[in-house]
Amino acid sequence: MNMREEKSPTGRCGTVLLVQAEFDRELDAAQAANLQAHRTHCADCQAAEVELTRAHALLREEPYRPMPEAVRQRILARLDADRPTPVLGPAEGWIQVPATPAVLSRFRSSRQSAIGFGVGVACAAALAFLVLAPTEQNLTEQLVAAHVRALQPGHLEDVVSTDQHTVKPWFDGRIDFAPPVKDFAAGGFPLIGGRLDYIDGRPVAALVYRHDRHIIDLYVWPGAANAISNPAVADRNGYSIVHWTQDGMTFWAVSDVGPGELRAFTAAWQETS
Amino acid sequence: MLPHLDAAHNLARWLMRDPGAGEDVLQDAMVRALTYFPSFKGINPRGWLLQIVRNTAYSSMKLNHGIELVPLASNEADGTDAIADLPSLDDDPEASLIKARDSFHMRQLIGNLPLELREILVLRELEELSYKEIAEVTRTPIGTVMSRLWRARQMLVRMTAEQGQKP
Repeated sequence: MNMREEKSPTGRCGTVLLVQAEFDRELDAAQAANLQAHRTHCADCQAAEVELTRAHALLREEPYRPMPEAVRQRILARLDADRPTPVLGPAEGWIQVPATPAVLSRFRSSRQSAIGFGVGVACAAALAFLVLAPTEQNLTEQLVAAHVRALQPGHLEDVVSTDQHTVKPWFDGRIDFAPPVKDFAAGGFPLIGGRLDYIDGRPVAALVYRHDRHIIDLYVWPGAANAISNPAVADRNGYSIVHWTQDGMTFWAVSDVGPGELRAFTAAWQETS
Repeated sequence: MLPHLDAAHNLARWLMRDPGAGEDVLQDAMVRALTYFPSFKGINPRGWLLQIVRNTAYSSMKLNHGIELVPLASNEADGTDAIADLPSLDDDPEASLIKARDSFHMRQLIGNLPLELREILVLRELEELSYKEIAEVTRTPIGTVMSRLWRARQMLVRMTAEQGQKP
């Protein structure tokens, strides 16, 4: 058999590589739709699809072989013996972490501690950045910043509705959780809409309420215990912030109303089921 | 990096086509990886490790004057890979025999692919890397990755069909 025999990939229909890309789930929805339209009347592409499926099935006959335990032990033992010294570029400015025998034996002892080793090296190397680790103070700053940004004209709400049954479904498919939506028009806190925001590295639901001429943003995301926690009130740059957890969700209310009114809002929320 | 040890081992074995040589390459690659890990700033440690494994395998082949080692198949006799071939106790004997035979054939076929096609097929089908990751690991443009992958699959299907006709 001539191993070097190569058929030009475009020897047939020039689209077969796209068929393959779709097979490997590399196409986006629009490209896939275009391809689908082409494929219905292209025999070459249909045949390509059959071949790809066959090749994939053939390869399933070759089981994935995890590394034999004996090899793993040999590799780790020899790594320990070699004791490599980390090499750093002079201009990198990273903290050098010598791979001492102690470190390496930790590396060796088990998979879990091995992960710990990797994390440990990465942490040590990134020591300078640890100062910037997010804290609760950082979170409240993010919340106030998001609130202030939302007050810019046209940014306040993505879905404008005073109807909680319009606002709640709007979040479907936009975030991976269903935030509780309540309306307190009778209590002086009418719902006026909702939007998506991005807090602490994750998309969150922001519900927008009005109180007199003030705006209250209520940020909701999943997390925390199911018990209702007592609300904690804070103050930042003249904005009041109230934080509590309820039904497995984390709540942060941010507004320029006084702390007392925000606490009343919180109480109204916690009492309404 | 150790969570990616299996992937690294798999790639080394398929590139070298010999468990012993694969282990040597993996050994050298791990020493290099550990040495340079503090200066690694990327976000894909698996891709980074596989790239080191590939570089190590290529330099090892260069030292052997460009001669690739004997295919995996020849190890059947000396039994170095025998443990991996032991059928599972859960299977019934006949089924596991058929499975072992199919798997042995498939290993021969993959091992017979030219190196530049084999590495891409292994990274895609066995390690399930994305085109972009494969392009990074092999330092090959994505277009080339796609056409090589296509050729690798075509050859595999064709070789199987030819084998099926012989007996």
